[in-house]
Amino acid sequence: MNLLRVWAMSRKELLHIARDPRSLGMAIAIPMLLLVLFGYALTLDVDNVPLVVWDQDGSHASRAFVSRFTGSPYFSLRGYVRNGQQLERAVDSGKALVGLVLPPDFAGRVDSGREVPVQLIVDGSDSNTATIAMGYADGVVRAYSQELASRQIRRRGGVEPAWPLEVRPRVWFNPELESKNYIIPGLIAVIMMVIAALLTSLTVAREWERGTMEQLISTPVKGRELILGKLLPYFAIGMLDVLLAVLMGEFLFQVPLRGNVALLFAMAAIFLAGALALGMTISIVTKSQLLASQVAMVLTFLPAFLLSGFMYAISNMPQAIQWVTYLIPARYFVALLKGIYLKGIGLNILMLEAGLLTLFALLMLALANVKFHKKLE
Amino acid sequence: MIERIKQMLIKEFIQIFRDPRMKAVIFLMPAVQLVVFGYAVTTDVRHVRLAVYDLDHSEASRELIARFVKSGYFDIAAYAATAEQVRRRMDRGQVQAAVQINRGFMEDLRAGRTAVVQLLLDGTDSNTAAVVLDYSARITREFSEQVWLSRLSRYPGSPPEPTGVQLRTRAWFNENLESRNFYIPGVIAIIVMLITLMLTSMAVVREKEIGTMEQILVTPITPSEFILGKTVPFALIGFADVVLITLLGVFWFGVPIRGNLFLLFGATALYLMTTLGVGLLISTVSQTQQQAMMSTFFFYFPAVLLSGFMFPIANMPAVIQGLTYLNPLRYFLVIVRGIFLKGVGPGILWPQMVALAGMGLVVLWLASRRFRKTLA
Repeated sequence: MNLLRVWAMSRKELLHIARDPRSLGMAIAIPMLLLVLFGYALTLDVDNVPLVVWDQDGSHASRAFVSRFTGSPYFSLRGYVRNGQQLERAVDSGKALVGLVLPPDFAGRVDSGREVPVQLIVDGSDSNTATIAMGYADGVVRAYSQELASRQIRRRGGVEPAWPLEVRPRVWFNPELESKNYIIPGLIAVIMMVIAALLTSLTVAREWERGTMEQLISTPVKGRELILGKLLPYFAIGMLDVLLAVLMGEFLFQVPLRGNVALLFAMAAIFLAGALALGMTISIVTKSQLLASQVAMVLTFLPAFLLSGFMYAISNMPQAIQWVTYLIPARYFVALLKGIYLKGIGLNILMLEAGLLTLFALLMLALANVKFHKKLE
Repeated sequence: MIERIKQMLIKEFIQIFRDPRMKAVIFLMPAVQLVVFGYAVTTDVRHVRLAVYDLDHSEASRELIARFVKSGYFDIAAYAATAEQVRRRMDRGQVQAAVQINRGFMEDLRAGRTAVVQLLLDGTDSNTAAVVLDYSARITREFSEQVWLSRLSRYPGSPPEPTGVQLRTRAWFNENLESRNFYIPGVIAIIVMLITLMLTSMAVVREKEIGTMEQILVTPITPSEFILGKTVPFALIGFADVVLITLLGVFWFGVPIRGNLFLLFGATALYLMTTLGVGLLISTVSQTQQQAMMSTFFFYFPAVLLSGFMFPIANMPAVIQGLTYLNPLRYFLVIVRGIFLKGVGPGILWPQMVALAGMGLVVLWLASRRFRKTLA
């Protein structure tokens, strides 16, 4: 390997990049945009569930019961309905996710100590939100029932026994359960996978398509040197993106970084090298920009996004899909990032992930070299 | 004119499918993606790996733990003997939650005092943690209530069975609350958007980059014929993909289609108008395929995130919520979910359809105007 030739190749690639400032701008802007969106705009937390109420009683007691719902931060009242049809329409059109139906003799039943049936209609299409909303409603209703029971006991002059269990939950690693703390570290992995795909997947295919590959073939540059030379500038851009992302996480979003920063960047470098080599391999194999862009999107972005455990916990997936995730390098990097960021753990625990990540990078670099033939067909 | 468009269509199809690998990308990939992502994209939390740290070793503590297992949500992954073991397993991610029952648990319960149960959670995945917290709260509350009632019956003068509000919950549209039914219609929408966007965004700029645009300019074809020739093939491909993956969703995953199929295809046509229009617009403003690819991504990613596909729009800041009205995917998601799960018709979905049609016309108009300028 001749370093001078590698450098010449890198310089040529840098010129290409400099000549296309729009692409370079987007390579920097996309990560920032994603971070801002995830940091500020997107949350999986469920609150302000839109609620409509069908109060068939309209008494003081029923209004007091409804105010338990509307007074909590979990529900937001979108209006009252007067019949079942209106309720159905409100849920059908998505105006409300939850409908609360109170029976006509609500107050009477409460006063006489009879059972009070209250119906809760939930739009189940979004099962996650529905489950959580049902949990909230259950909590509100039980608290109310508890109070009713206490009142009954006191009225009869009875003694109220102590509540038997007290649960003290303690959340480790992310005590406030803030979704940004868990999303932003994982997001770095997704961003880098995407940047790698966007940057390198076209770079060799472009040369083939435009015919400039023939010029390169006629130079003494070797396959290895060409690949390395093309990778280096994009590696620099990718590491710049990582740096920006880490800085934004630290100063803009205050995501705690409990582990070793050097380890974080070392792992990022390994992952980036592998991802760039993957993009390069796609480019080498397809030789067409159209095909390369499609393949790159399919192989990098969506798997990194959906199968890496970044958003959807891997342990909740069916076993067969869990096996598939072992083929996704972003999986290891997400685990590493979350471990380093939130748990503050080091290589002694993350050995397996780090090892597999390195293996992936080496395999990809080797593959790019094997697949690249410096000759015309 | 018809003849010229026909020739243009033939040329486009030849170009797309000249590389046999392209067929796989267009027809096989979406199917594979739907199957893999259909299984992967789930927010159902089951089989939570639980560590038991029982210091009481009593009948009562075992009963409480049995309730965790019986709920079906928890699998006991470890019995820990020390707090250190719990910590280590959690660090390694071997357990996601731990119940700690201190010595004297049963004694407290017997004596009528309040016994304390400690619940430890791994908060790295805040969504799963919140759900686990909710499950545990429900399980312990039920346990608690039962003990409370038995305590109550021991006091003289108490009512035998105090009654309160009985909550009868019914989930509509998705009775078993399977997240798959919610996500799969959405996955169809995002896959189709990606394919059509990528194909059209490359369509015009490729001719520019390779230099074949000049050959087209010398032919008698008019700009609008050219635009039609560049959109119709991708519209057909998009349709074929929608049919293909809808069939998969229905027959493989058993997602119900409760609404009208014709309505679904009509709405798909409107949706494809918007994605093709955006793709074409990108293609006309880009100089190279690299730029086109990045711009596509620049549009696609926020479009997916700000559509309500996984993040509820109602929880976004007001400014961002306003922005989502510009997102075609937002409207199409309401339509597909409405048709698949709720079985609602145009009476309810017309605002979304009108929005899609309006956006489609505007972007297609913009794209063709922009395209004429490029030629001039």
